[in-house]
Amino acid sequence: MSALLEVSDVRVRFRTMGPLAALTRRVHDPYIDAVCNVSFQLAPGETVGLVGESGSGKSTLARAIAGLVPVHSGSIRFAEQELSGLGQRSFSRVRRELALMFQDPTGSLSPRMKVRSLITEPYRIHGMRDRNFRQEAKRLLEMVGLSADFGDRYPHQLSGGQARRVGLARALALDPQLIIADEPTAGLDVSVQGEVLNLLARIQAETGVAILIITHNLNVVRHITDRMAIMYLGRFVEIGDTDEIFERPRHPYTEALLSASPEPDPDAQHHRVEIHGEVPSLMNRPTGCEFHNRCPYIGERCKNEAPAFSQATSGHFYTCHHPLNTST
Amino acid sequence: MDSDTENVLEVRDLSLDFGSPRGRLHALRHVSLKVPRGRVVGVVGESGSGKSTVALACMGLLAANAQVVGGEILLEGRDILRMNQDELQAVRGRRASMIFQDPMTALNPVRSIGTQMVDIQYRDRITDSEKRKRAAEMLGRVGIPDPRSRLKAFPHQFSGGMRQRICIAMALLVEPALLLADEPTTALDATLEVQIIKLLERLQSEIGCSILFVSHHLGTVAELCDDVVVMYAGEVVEQGTVRDIFGNPGHPYTRALLECDPGRIKEKTRQLPTIPGDVPDVLNVPPGCIFRDRCPRAFERCASESPVAHGAAGTAEHLARCHLLDGNSEGA
Repeated sequence: MSALLEVSDVRVRFRTMGPLAALTRRVHDPYIDAVCNVSFQLAPGETVGLVGESGSGKSTLARAIAGLVPVHSGSIRFAEQELSGLGQRSFSRVRRELALMFQDPTGSLSPRMKVRSLITEPYRIHGMRDRNFRQEAKRLLEMVGLSADFGDRYPHQLSGGQARRVGLARALALDPQLIIADEPTAGLDVSVQGEVLNLLARIQAETGVAILIITHNLNVVRHITDRMAIMYLGRFVEIGDTDEIFERPRHPYTEALLSASPEPDPDAQHHRVEIHGEVPSLMNRPTGCEFHNRCPYIGERCKNEAPAFSQATSGHFYTCHHPLNTST
Repeated sequence: MDSDTENVLEVRDLSLDFGSPRGRLHALRHVSLKVPRGRVVGVVGESGSGKSTVALACMGLLAANAQVVGGEILLEGRDILRMNQDELQAVRGRRASMIFQDPMTALNPVRSIGTQMVDIQYRDRITDSEKRKRAAEMLGRVGIPDPRSRLKAFPHQFSGGMRQRICIAMALLVEPALLLADEPTTALDATLEVQIIKLLERLQSEIGCSILFVSHHLGTVAELCDDVVVMYAGEVVEQGTVRDIFGNPGHPYTRALLECDPGRIKEKTRQLPTIPGDVPDVLNVPPGCIFRDRCPRAFERCASESPVAHGAAGTAEHLARCHLLDGNSEGA
């Protein structure tokens, strides 16, 4: 089966200062790499999770795939079409097949439009005026489990969970092949979080849409994704089958993340890998392995030599000189 | 069983309304809870359950449209609801201090950390250089590297986790009897969250203060707290020790809430449990049990009679407001 989305060696750069400032301060490279040499594939109907802390570049990668930030180098192929370097006009055709669910559910909905206009806006943008908007709105609202009279509401009249549903309805309007969901459950209570995730699962079962989900909630990733990638400072440090990574993480950062989430059980035995300090600045990347200054298992090589991708016996990939759980 | 002095904080039968264009919202109804000396008490609940309102009321920081309908809040035996502004001011930042969810908005962006930390010691009759020394010492204790030179820095020069550490340092600088923490780790990443929890744990045992820890995150509550209070739609539905609540939940809401946490589901599943239905409107509070519309085990009595607190499995302090725990009732 050919991949639906194929990202290879993608790099996204942001300018940190103007050309003049760079010249006067003698900065040769006034850029940061928000996403650095990232490669992965996504098959039709698959769910892949991108995990990382704030500033790890996971949202930037998603935005690059959707063409919202320019790609510096590398290639993004979607449905056998090269996306990087595509003009605005040709990209808008691609966006019919590739929908986004934004992080801020109410912020991404125009406060002056009713829900009905919001979820049928994609038809207007893509020139499908022959549709019966009222009927389509009803169909989409039903799909996401809202009654038809939600069409008359404004975004401020929606709860957090309802706003996510409307965001999903809008993403589904054009029957896409891929949904990129940026933190779809951030800020939701646990009881509502389940509803939104179950809805995504149901839609996927019905339509066969592929999902790229971005989250920092590892418990969510474990239950709903097939594969996952862990990002640190704009790079993938580990990628592979979700179950395998949860069972046998190879990268110390992955292990730290996995053990960091506090368990709702006061008697839980914590084999916690404590990492100290905070994520370094992208303007000042550490040498060698970029995790070495926080890593509890640091060795001599780590300081100077950047580890390349290695493949674990179980099949997933990681970048570490001293991988964990190798004996099993 | 506890005398007043053993409880640093005691909220008794607190009811509170908010005025709104739609009418009076009964945001808290008959809330009672205790924070014994040296203990960490967690308040858990979903958005809108009133958990932050309780914490703000304990600091006398309620919004202008809030009106206390009844009850009392005893801080070291004195009712803060009957204090005037001067008396409140003498207590706040001295006997009780607070840390907030968003460490950026809690700090003044245009003044250096050092100035702010000296300012809050305005009551102490010591020289400014001594105050700066104390501030630097406290920053060191919360894990800010090179604290002396960092006093000159401004809030925007710190990362989110560092800012929250600074807020904790400021709150504990006065060695209060009670620390109120309103969702202090919600805005932080998982690895930082753990660091902050560990820090609070360590400082609590060093300083010996009591903590009222408000959070919707069950994991952090299980890890940090000794006792837990569960709130739903403005009422306390269950309270007990952390083992009572997480090991033997007595109220159907607590049970449902715990089941929803994907961290507790060991088997991988695409179908996550939820609590069907919505939180009731607190504008017109229906009679009977507040949770009955969403309760899988509701029966006739739940619709007519508001449940009182019954003893539940576990320790003597474990209480849940549910008819099912009444010895005489027959659960459906």
